[in-house]
Amino acid sequence: MKARKRGDFRSTGERAFDYAMIALLCILVVTTLYPFLYALFASFSDGGELMRHRGLLFRPLGFSLEAYEKVFQNAMILKGYRNTILYLLCGTTVNVVLTAFGAYVLSRKSFPPRNVMMLFITFTMFFNGGLIPTFLVVRGVGLYDHFLAMVLPTAVNTWNLIIMRTSMQEIPESLEESARIDGANDFVILFRIILPVAQATLAVMILFYAVGHWNSWFNAMIYLRDRQRFPIQLILREILISNSTDAMTTGLPTDTSAIIGDAIKYSTMIVATVPVLIIYPMLQKYFVKGVMVGSIKG
Amino acid sequence: MGGRVTRGGSLFPGLRRHFSRHKYLYIMIAPVLVYYLVFQYAPMFGLQIAFKDYRPSMGILGSPWVGFKHFTGFFSSYYFTRILRNTLLVSLYDILFGFPAPIILALVLNNLRGARFKRIVQTVTYLPHFVSTVIICGLMVDFLARSGWVNALLGSLFGLEPVAFLQEPGWFRTIFVGSGIWQELGWGSIIYLSALSAINEEYYEAARIDGASRWQQLVSITLPCIMSTVVIMLILRMGRVMNVSAEKVLLLYTPNTYETADVISTFVYRKGMLESNYGYATAVGLFNAVINFTFLVLVNRLSRKVSDNSLW
Repeated sequence: MKARKRGDFRSTGERAFDYAMIALLCILVVTTLYPFLYALFASFSDGGELMRHRGLLFRPLGFSLEAYEKVFQNAMILKGYRNTILYLLCGTTVNVVLTAFGAYVLSRKSFPPRNVMMLFITFTMFFNGGLIPTFLVVRGVGLYDHFLAMVLPTAVNTWNLIIMRTSMQEIPESLEESARIDGANDFVILFRIILPVAQATLAVMILFYAVGHWNSWFNAMIYLRDRQRFPIQLILREILISNSTDAMTTGLPTDTSAIIGDAIKYSTMIVATVPVLIIYPMLQKYFVKGVMVGSIKG
Repeated sequence: MGGRVTRGGSLFPGLRRHFSRHKYLYIMIAPVLVYYLVFQYAPMFGLQIAFKDYRPSMGILGSPWVGFKHFTGFFSSYYFTRILRNTLLVSLYDILFGFPAPIILALVLNNLRGARFKRIVQTVTYLPHFVSTVIICGLMVDFLARSGWVNALLGSLFGLEPVAFLQEPGWFRTIFVGSGIWQELGWGSIIYLSALSAINEEYYEAARIDGASRWQQLVSITLPCIMSTVVIMLILRMGRVMNVSAEKVLLLYTPNTYETADVISTFVYRKGMLESNYGYATAVGLFNAVINFTFLVLVNRLSRKVSDNSLW
């Protein structure tokens, strides 16, 4: 019992149980990470070796940057990247502004219509028109094949709005009193007082919305027709699921294109995932502010 | 009468005062309400095409009524039982295995002593939540193919014959639900971890002084304390029992696996978006939405009676 630390009151059985739990968590970590590691190794592998290889990968087979070169030379992928960034910037801006506005108004206790408005908004969480009527409306207001179709139909996420509202309700009213006496209007109070206090929640909201835009493909598939407007995920879907790297390897002799195809797939995945992977761990400690605890009444 | 008139007369200035006092609040909320009107409520109004023979040239209002034709057509079709069964089974398996999984992970993490290890496990298990469905499914398509590493591994470990997993109807539900748990396990545990961290440490101290084992502490302190969160999450989950999102199914299924993989949302997508059979597809969607809504209301009411926890 030499190793026993002070304050450790666990019995031998309990310690064995704890080690078993740690072992299970290690297995969980490995099974979660391995698919991404495989993709990473495959993306740096030599195309020919990768194609002949069967089974697990624990390091790149050979080392080649050819696949990445192909990815960055591909006009469709670059265009998709650019489109996604455009949709993400516009979309997230609209999302965050509207969510902050809505949450602020709905958190004002002195604003009588807020309960009716809250009902109006939360009802849509449990009942909505569904795919086809929404599509007809989007087409009806002239957004079909328009870049705003990637922005407006998802302008507010009701969950996020409610989470933001809850965090604003927790801010003591005394904070804004002096500003009010100085004659500040609601816009000033929202941007100068409320949002800075609620910045952790705000950061998580920005992350949620931005990742949502980055990863979205379904709306693009139904609302966009012009391939020049496709976001990166829709291009990826063609490459990964429909298995056509043809678009990327055209111009190469056929056997070369088949050989490099797999490596290209994996390098495209890596290129499309890395931005998200860099950002989310930075905000990890705030995630808890982005999940809803308890009920939606109030 | 006279009093009423004066009150009626002052109603207008009263309203005006209300608007001018809350002018900025109305300016802020206006675009939000417009969003809900146009993109949430207008589609609800458009649900009427479920009862119409929708023709794009005549519009939603101008198309002729056909009553329940689309509904009876759907209920009597071969697809009705198939997609209903598939939707319910996928959902049921997900509730059975996917609902408790993050709770268990949260309990295990909460019992960990090393804060650093805990943080690493969290960072790693959150990862799949942030990766796009397209990429997750792309990896699955490759890994589970006949020539993928899963088959190679099973072959070398157990000598199994290679299987084209995603072409086999018998494997679809397992793969779909299993990968869903893998993807959302860590993320789903956040809400329970936050509920666990809110439990007063003094409860545990008192229990330890009384000689309670860790199992007893779990059963008589931890579980009761997080029960309200568990119930709320379960109500929300039950309200989506018929909502299997089309996105992941569309990426994973093939005509070979429609038999077990085709769910209501994918059926609506194919009928509506690919075959432009708008009225019929809307009817199927409406049927789905009504059942979901009814289910949510029932579960919420039941839970309020039984446990005092409810969404509203």
